This record gives sequence, structure tokens and C-alpha cells, in this order.
Amino acid sequence: MEKIVFDQLKEELYYEKLANGLDVYILPKQGFNKTYATFTTKYGSIDNHFQPINGTEFIKVPDGIAHFLEHKLFEKEDGDVFQQFSKQGASANAFTSFTRTAYLFSATSNVEENLTTLIDFVQAPYFTEQTVEKEKGIIGQEINMYDDNADWRLYFGVIENMYHQHPVKIDIAGTIESISKITKDMLYQCYETFYHPSNMLLFIVGPVDPNKILTLVKENQEKKPFKDQPPIQRIFEEEPIEVREKIKKIPMHVQSSKCMVGIKAIDVQQKGKEMLKNELTINVLLDMLFGQSSDHYQALYDDGLIDDTFSYDYTQESGFGFAMVGGDTQNPEELARRIKEIFISAKNGDSLTEEGLERVKKKKIGTFLRAINSPEYIANQFTRYAFNEMDLFDVVPTLEEITYTDLIQVAQRFIDEKRMTVCQVVPKS
Amino acid sequence: MSKDEQIIKKNGYTLHVVPTTKYKTNTFVWKMKAPLKENEATMRALLPHVLQSSTKNFSSSTKLRAYLDDLYGGILYVDLSKKGDYHIISIIMEIANEKFLSDQEPLLKKSLSLLSEIIFQPNAENNAFDKETVEKEKRTLRQRIQSVYDDKMRYASNRLVEEMCKGEPYAIHVNGKIEDIDAITPERLYTYYEKCLNEDEIDLYIVGDVKVEEVEKIADELFHLKDRVVQKAKSLQPVEKRDVNEVIERQDIKQGKLNIGYRTNVKYGDHDYFALQVFNGLFGGFAHSKLFMNVREKASLAYYAASRLESHKGLLLVMSGIEHKNFDKTVDIIHKQMEAMKNGVFSENEILQTKAVIKNQLLETMDTSRGLVEVLYHNVISQQNVNLSDWIERIEQVTKEEIISVANKIQLDTIYFLTGNEVA
Repeated sequence: MEKIVFDQLKEELYYEKLANGLDVYILPKQGFNKTYATFTTKYGSIDNHFQPINGTEFIKVPDGIAHFLEHKLFEKEDGDVFQQFSKQGASANAFTSFTRTAYLFSATSNVEENLTTLIDFVQAPYFTEQTVEKEKGIIGQEINMYDDNADWRLYFGVIENMYHQHPVKIDIAGTIESISKITKDMLYQCYETFYHPSNMLLFIVGPVDPNKILTLVKENQEKKPFKDQPPIQRIFEEEPIEVREKIKKIPMHVQSSKCMVGIKAIDVQQKGKEMLKNELTINVLLDMLFGQSSDHYQALYDDGLIDDTFSYDYTQESGFGFAMVGGDTQNPEELARRIKEIFISAKNGDSLTEEGLERVKKKKIGTFLRAINSPEYIANQFTRYAFNEMDLFDVVPTLEEITYTDLIQVAQRFIDEKRMTVCQVVPKS
Repeated sequence: MSKDEQIIKKNGYTLHVVPTTKYKTNTFVWKMKAPLKENEATMRALLPHVLQSSTKNFSSSTKLRAYLDDLYGGILYVDLSKKGDYHIISIIMEIANEKFLSDQEPLLKKSLSLLSEIIFQPNAENNAFDKETVEKEKRTLRQRIQSVYDDKMRYASNRLVEEMCKGEPYAIHVNGKIEDIDAITPERLYTYYEKCLNEDEIDLYIVGDVKVEEVEKIADELFHLKDRVVQKAKSLQPVEKRDVNEVIERQDIKQGKLNIGYRTNVKYGDHDYFALQVFNGLFGGFAHSKLFMNVREKASLAYYAASRLESHKGLLLVMSGIEHKNFDKTVDIIHKQMEAMKNGVFSENEILQTKAVIKNQLLETMDTSRGLVEVLYHNVISQQNVNLSDWIERIEQVTKEEIISVANKIQLDTIYFLTGNEVA
């Protein structure tokens, strides 16, 4: 077992890659009541075109299947795994993103039993035609719930505007129509392909003894006969650089309008340190342009164009990425125009000062310290970073490294009118 | 338990210090509590937003926020809530602990000074807040009130409470009313703020790797208030027993939102409050509860089906999102679960399971500084002194008979359904 020490943060991380390929990380946090563990596969809504293990042909699977599989994994022949967790005083959950499916629990007692339950239930699928059919009603209601949610529609509207081909444009839960086609055999096929330990990462954070935990995980895994598996073959079609649509308006039963401006990312082939630095620099850039201490924020607020729902964010994954800026507004047209204008002028260095950079770097460092108070943040983000060959604990040193020249270069490269798009939610007339 | 809360009575406010080495940041929460009042609610909702936007020295939001960034990304935000018949303002700051930074600035003192400045040196002159700030925040408040309508889950929850508690203070919205915004002037708001500072019950929580004596000394330098006699909300009137109220509202939406309200007739601090907590856990609080198992897992009617308690008001609130046409079917299943609870149709094992999860939930809440403050603040609202280990012990002692007896106190009050335009 490898031990990595972070002096300044007073944290220690333990790591081992098991014989079957599973990556195990343990971060002891003394003083906390709670232990939080995530068991994550590098498999999300975008992985819909691939070569199944034991198959020779590439196949396309229905939209929403990764999320459907996540739901179904909780059901076993003898009932629901939630029951098992709650008997052991734990609360369990799961989520599916574009690139990952994570299963998790948090518990303040019976940590070892709960960890065993987590690993065992994820590694023992049980799908029947009957239970698959039953789930379609439940997920159908989940889809309807999101359809009525204006913020979700806005967020997804921006992504749909950006992408021509890339499956990131598909709603994670799919549609009522697409999930109606899912069968138990398809679930098994996806499961066999993507849930091999070599495609997964287990993260445990809490007041635990790392040696004991690692021994437990190792013994558990050694009992299970996993065959070595070659790397998974996925296909993503060529994606044009520019956005698919420049503007979209979604009429909904709302009283206030919403407006979001997106920039489609480039350089999405990056990995590791290069990707970390790019992602952080673009986030610093957004903070300098739109943060609450920026002149632009103040002006937009003073002019009545934004309120406290205003937000901005940049995420990058392998193959796609986007910046989004916006929120509720009384005047969506004007807000879109102003945000675009701020971006374009930043290409020439407007509003980007060295002093501002130092302030935002400080702010980001403080934000990171606050975030690592949270076991959930550590486990989820560490996993996301690791799947992209980045290290969560490189965030502070990488932030410190960003120079004014880096910032200007990123602004010039990242901002481009051709890659901008606008989505609005407007009241139905 | 490591959560040693030190409670120190000061002139006009109470200081609560919780020293812990758990976090890499220090958290301050300033709470002001007053009875919910129709004619003051909107002003009260506006007030903390005006306070956090600028001060005498930081005359614009940009300057104030830039200073916070310089304090290693200090966070400052405000929150309003209703607890029973009280309307509570919270001003929250969270600042990095300098121990974890490469240059060791004295952030604790600096940030507490900033909090004190926000409270005692607002951007005001001649007994009036800065006019521009007030106008901007009035505009934002209007949008904030409006936005509830656009979030259908929140809208339906609010509408249920509005229908259910008509005529009671609890029906007043936490952000007040749009119609009352125009009449607020910088002068009136300032006068109201002075009244709050003189009359509200005020508590300051400080959580983090701090020394009690050091923090107390800083607080004594920075926070000066007059002594006061705290106002109590008029105690809850027993509501007259009436027929079940059913309200159907239509909008152009895909999913129906079903919200059901019950009177529990039990409040935080009552002897059977802990039995009510266990009741809620069995009935609808968790993923193993009756509502989740029967509405979602067995009948496939919903993605969410859950219940929660409003502990200080004595309400049990059920929520679920369903197909419009499944209204009767779902209501029927929910009624059957309540009947089962009243008749004691649940096992000792289910009770144990529920207690384990409640205990876990409480311990987890205490792992976040904000969660910890909210748990401790229950005592201020209810004027109790239940410490956290008592809490767990009392949950563990709850018996099946007590759960059945508390279940039989619960009365169905209002069924609210927000549904689509077409008649199913």
C-alpha cells in the first residue's frame, strides 16, 4: 500500500491497485463521525456506442441505459439493498453522470459491514424482465420531474445547442420512449462490459484504519473470480468545432425568464496535468469576469439583469467540455448580449489584471480548503479527477502556478464567437 | 461526543462557541429571531440582503466581495427561515483557517471584524439605508418571490402550507409578499432594523479550531448590544377540528405534484417528540419507509414519495410526483400507510432499522459546521436544553406503543394537488 502525505493540508492518502485491476483509495479523517465510500465505474450516459465484452460487433444501446442500470442494481432476489443498508444504520445512494456511475453510502457505525454490502451489491447484478418493466414507471416519473424543471431544461438546452454528434447531448435518464426499449439482456451486456474492477475505483474517507479497510477489500475481491479484461472499445463520432445552434428559446409555464450563455470547449483531448491546468485557468478566467467582486457582476446586477441565481462554471471531460454563464433574468436578450460582449472583450485582455488574478487565486485556494471539509466532495471529485488522470491534491499547487501570461493565452484561445450559444426559458404566452 | 458547545450569555445576545479541529475553516452564524408578522415579513426578508451588500467602509458590493476574496475566498451569505411561528434571519460567514495556508494571515480576527461591520456599520446615513442599495435589493427580492412559482416542487409545498395554515402566522411566506415591496423605503427599513437590533433574540455561533477565551475576547471587542426581554410568539392555538380540505390547482405541467399535510399535535420539546421522529422514519423519512416502498417500489407510481416534519409547528408533510391520472390511487395508498402506522403494522426490526438510520443522520449532520449549528439552534427556538447525546438516547428509548400512540394523535388536514390542464 502506497502512502501519500500532503503536509500543508495535514492529510494522508493510501492507495493500492489490486490484482484484478481495482483502484482502492483510503483517506482517514479523524474527528469525523461519518465514513463515506463511493464505488464508481467509468461508465456514464455518453458510453452508448461500444464493443461489448465477448462480442465482435460494435453496438448502440438505448438512451438512458447507464442510469437505468444504476437503478436496477439496487434490487436483488431477496429485496432492496436500501433495506440492508438501513438495517446497518447507513444511508445509501447512487448517481449517473455523463461519464460515471457511482454507488455510495455514508455511515457512522458498522462501517465494515456497510462497505462489504456496497462492494457485494454492485458486483452481483440481478435483472429480470419483470423488475425491468416495473422500473420503467418509476424512471418515467423521474424523467417527467426533470421535464418540469426549468433550470434543468435550460442547462440541457445549452448542451443540445452545442453538440451535433457527441452523446453528451443525450439526457442522462433518456426519454420515456428510449427506456421502453431496454431489456434485461441489454442491462447484462452493459454490466459485463463496464463493471469489471479494472474500470472501477473505490474511495473510502472517514475515521477508519486504512490497513484494516484495505485487508477487507482485498479479501473480498480475492474470493471473486474476475477474468482479466482488455480495455473497453468505445466509438465517438467526429464532432465539429462550432456549435450546432446559436440560439434556442424554450417556452414553459414560468413567470421569470432564464438565460444561459455557453461556450463549447476545445482541447478536449487533454488529460492529466495539462487538462487540470486548462480547466483551472478557465475557471479562474470566469471568476475574474463574472465573480461577485468583478465590475461586470456589479454592472449586470445594477442594471437589473441578474439576481442571486446567477452562476458560472466550466467543466471539461475527455471528448467534450463547456462553460456556462447565466441565471434568472428580466431581460434574456440583453443579458445574452452583455455576457457575450464581456467574453469577446476579455479576448483582448479587458478586465484581466494581474492584481485581479492574484485575488481570484487566493479565493480559489480558500474555496478548495472549504471543499475538503466535505467527505462527499473529496470522494466524488477525487474519482472524477483520477478517471481523467488528474490528481485532486494538485489543485492548490496548480492554481499557484497560473501566471498572467497563462491567463491571457487561455482567454485568447478559449473564447470564440463561433463556439458560443444561448438558451432561454421564457414564459409561455 | 466531541461537540462541546460553550454557551455564554452576553448583553443582548448569546455567544455559542464550538471548538473542534475537524474543519479547515471557521464558521460564524449570526441569528436574529422574531415572531412571524404579516406587516413585517417582507421588510424582514429584505433586510439581510441589504446588510450583506455593502457597509460604511465597503460602500459597494464589489469592494466588499473583493475584500472577502482577499480573505482567501471567505464566504458570506444570508438566509431566512421559518421555525414554528418565528421568522429567522441568518448571516453566515465561513473563512479558511490560517493554519492551512502558506502565509499565515490573522484571518479569524479580520473576518469577525467584517461580520461586526456588516451588522453595526451598515451603508446608511441620517437614519436611512443607502437608497440605491435598497432599490436594487427590492428588485431582487421581487424576482426571488416570483421564482418560487417557477419551481413546481417548491411551489406545491408552499401552496400546501398556505392552504393548510390560512390565518395562522405560519402561512406567511418566508420572503414576504410582492405587493408589500413598493412601500418599503430606506428610512422605514432602517427604523425596522434598529428595532430588530434592540428587540430580537440574537445568537452568535462560532465553530472551528478556535480557543473559547480568545473568541470571547474578540467578541467582547466587536459586538455590543443592549439587554432586552425577548418576545415570544403567541403560543400555537389548537386548530379547530374541521373536515379534510382538498385543493386542486391546474397548470401546464407534465407531472402532478401531490402534497398532503397533517397536524401532528406534537412539537419539539414535547415528551413524545422523539416517538414522532421514529414515526416519521417508519412512515416516509427514508428509502426503507412505507411511502417509498409502497408508492414507488411496489406500485411504480412515483420517483419520490416521502414525508418530513416541521418540528416547531407540529406539521407532517408528505410529497410525491405522479401522473395526473394516478391521483386517487396514490392518495389511497398513502392513506393505507397512515392507517397501518396507527394500527401498529410495523415490526420491532423496522423500528430498530429506523432508529439506526435516524442516529446516523444526526451524527452526519453534525459533521458539517452548518448542520451542527442548525441542530444546536433547535434549543434556542424551543427553549429546551437537549444536548446531542440525550437526543440519541431518547430516540433509542422509544417503544412501539409510543409510536402507535403518537400516530393516533396525527390528523389529516389538507390534500393539495397541482395537476395538468387536461382533465384526466
